[in-house]
Amino acid sequence: MWKSAKGICLFMLIFILVTMAACSSNTESPDGKKELTVVYRSPGSVDSLKKFFDSGVVDEFEKEHPDIDVKIAPITASEGDYFSKVALQMKSAETAPDVVSEDTFMLNSDANAGYLEPLDDRISDWDEWGNIIENLKSGVTAEDGKVYGVPSTSDSRGLWYSKELFQEAGLPVPWEPKNWNDVLDAAITIKEKTDGVTPLFMQVGKANGEAVSMQTLEMLLYGTGDTLYDETDKKWVVDSPGLLDSFRFIEQVYNKENLGPDFSVVMSGQSGNVAFQQLFPQKKLAIALDGSWNARNWAENGAAPIENVEEKIGFAPMPTQEGQDPGTITMSGGWAWAIPSKADMKEEAWEFIQFLMEKENSISRSLTDGNLNTRTDAVEVEAYVNRPYAKEAQAFLENAQFRPANDKYPAVSTQLQTVVEAVATGKLSPDDAVEQYKAGVERVVGKENTKVAE
Amino acid sequence: MLFLSPSWILLLLFFITPMLLTFGFAFTNLSLTGTDAANIQFIGFQNFANMFQDPEFRVSVFRTIVFLLFSAVIGQVVLGLIIALLMKEKRRGFRRFIGVIVIAGWVTPEIVVAFCWVAFLSDAGTFNSILQGIGFEPITWLFTFPMVSVIIANIWHGTAFSMMVFQAALDDVPKSVQEAAVIDGASRWQVFFRVTLPIVKGSIVTNMMLVTLQTLGVFTLIYTMTGGGPGNATQILPIFMYNQAFVNYQFGYGTAISLVLLVIGTIASLLYMRFMKVKL
Repeated sequence: MWKSAKGICLFMLIFILVTMAACSSNTESPDGKKELTVVYRSPGSVDSLKKFFDSGVVDEFEKEHPDIDVKIAPITASEGDYFSKVALQMKSAETAPDVVSEDTFMLNSDANAGYLEPLDDRISDWDEWGNIIENLKSGVTAEDGKVYGVPSTSDSRGLWYSKELFQEAGLPVPWEPKNWNDVLDAAITIKEKTDGVTPLFMQVGKANGEAVSMQTLEMLLYGTGDTLYDETDKKWVVDSPGLLDSFRFIEQVYNKENLGPDFSVVMSGQSGNVAFQQLFPQKKLAIALDGSWNARNWAENGAAPIENVEEKIGFAPMPTQEGQDPGTITMSGGWAWAIPSKADMKEEAWEFIQFLMEKENSISRSLTDGNLNTRTDAVEVEAYVNRPYAKEAQAFLENAQFRPANDKYPAVSTQLQTVVEAVATGKLSPDDAVEQYKAGVERVVGKENTKVAE
Repeated sequence: MLFLSPSWILLLLFFITPMLLTFGFAFTNLSLTGTDAANIQFIGFQNFANMFQDPEFRVSVFRTIVFLLFSAVIGQVVLGLIIALLMKEKRRGFRRFIGVIVIAGWVTPEIVVAFCWVAFLSDAGTFNSILQGIGFEPITWLFTFPMVSVIIANIWHGTAFSMMVFQAALDDVPKSVQEAAVIDGASRWQVFFRVTLPIVKGSIVTNMMLVTLQTLGVFTLIYTMTGGGPGNATQILPIFMYNQAFVNYQFGYGTAISLVLLVIGTIASLLYMRFMKVKL
């Protein structure tokens, strides 16, 4: 008995020692090359960025830099979990990757937390920086005015609409709504003239997280002239006429006119997939306010391929509330390449980022993953512009607005999501919604950091 | 003392330190990202002040109590006791057959339980297919009755534990006592309430406490089935805590909520002991 117990103890001790040794970080790969770790978010089965890396890009870089071994290390997780995991990785020098893909709305928070390396010195010596779309650079500049990332992908939002259903209902194609009322009227016409069709889909289910804030509420709010955050005063705007009108629009769509899909669909985290992979292809949805990336669902290798999709589905810019200047509006986000401050191969990491942002590589990535390119000269490339909806989506960027670059944005956004859902389901009136939002934001950011718009 | 040191060190390292840290962090603005992540500050009772002002927190506490009451106390404990009573003194084959079925729910990992119930209750799931087969309209269970759905799933998952505890306790009740009561003219109900129940009281309290504490920690099941939704309809405290800590990145706040959970668990345990007049 004693003998075996001792044996077990010894075995466990060895086991622990071996596993602990395996945990220790090692930047040297077995063949003596330096290992450059690249981390990004993988959505799971369809990982287009991996496809892009595997298409020979990494091989080419390794050939140019024989002493570097590029280790592509995607994190398969939901967006929220990805941010947590990456932040935890970057916290420690042991686990910090060398190149990290950051959502531009987390970039400011992570920069403030000291997780990221400022890139100003590096970009000043880099010719290609001038070729990045100027508008997008504000998305990678943190509150301290320093640049912390290189914009790698971008996106825009607008109104997807079914041309076939519009024609059936006698609505004009191409559709060019001039203000919110045009959108509402079109949806009401669809409801009256067609059968079994959902007129208008907007993300309002809290389960969809950030999509509710950005694709729905902010697309409305920023078209009223009001904003979430006053950049000059550095204060959150917790009450404004635009906010109230945005809530009223949501109430009207979901609650008064019943133009939205069933709540069981809207509330589930799958609502976007249902809308774009089922309802649109089956001609059961007329209009959806959502992001440019959804087009990839209908591509040949997408989840729900549609032939000659541009003849069947259109992409119209979202008008401002009354059609006031600039006429249309889009929120824009996107991802950026950044270098963690605790990375141990910053020089090599910067080499790799530069390499990825070269015109050819950057466009080849956009062609693989369906996102918008961040280079001004992308529109000169035929293969890129000929991609369905690329021209429209890229054009929307002209009037692009960005989310507040503030640490508290994720927490404020959660407040928005709760309130938007409550308005859509009729639990809160628009006026009460403003009150609740105000109270919620004052609680999370502190009352002294909020203001009421005049 | 010296020879105990390995276990002391382990306890200190893996139990006491994290507990003290939790307690400490609850009074800071610890955050995963943003300026607060770079400089942690002691902020006193600010987290708790925010918590009690947050209407969402109060509703979450209420939901936690509803979930606890129906899925743990009424569901698992009462149902477990009934099953154990019904199985008492039945044939061995029968006991084994029923036992295996009930325990199957318990040995299934929580995440698998959640998937099973989603598959069963989802819009195009098994249950709706059956309903449609016999001519009913399908019902969106997880949307229309979210709390009921997760409560039933949790009962299904946890009842076996209570059943086994009660079986063991009931088997230990001496037959002679019950027979004596019957000879004295006690009815079956009287035998149960006046004789059997007082004898197994200790097991009931222990079981209630274990089940309560476990139910207070239920996260996977609900998070997988409803994600705390629709809306916040099934957002009990553990999910509220997760959302604050990992969605809003406010670790300090999340930690403070976990302390409140601890307090609720302690109060519930003390209440049981007081009601049943049992000393552990």
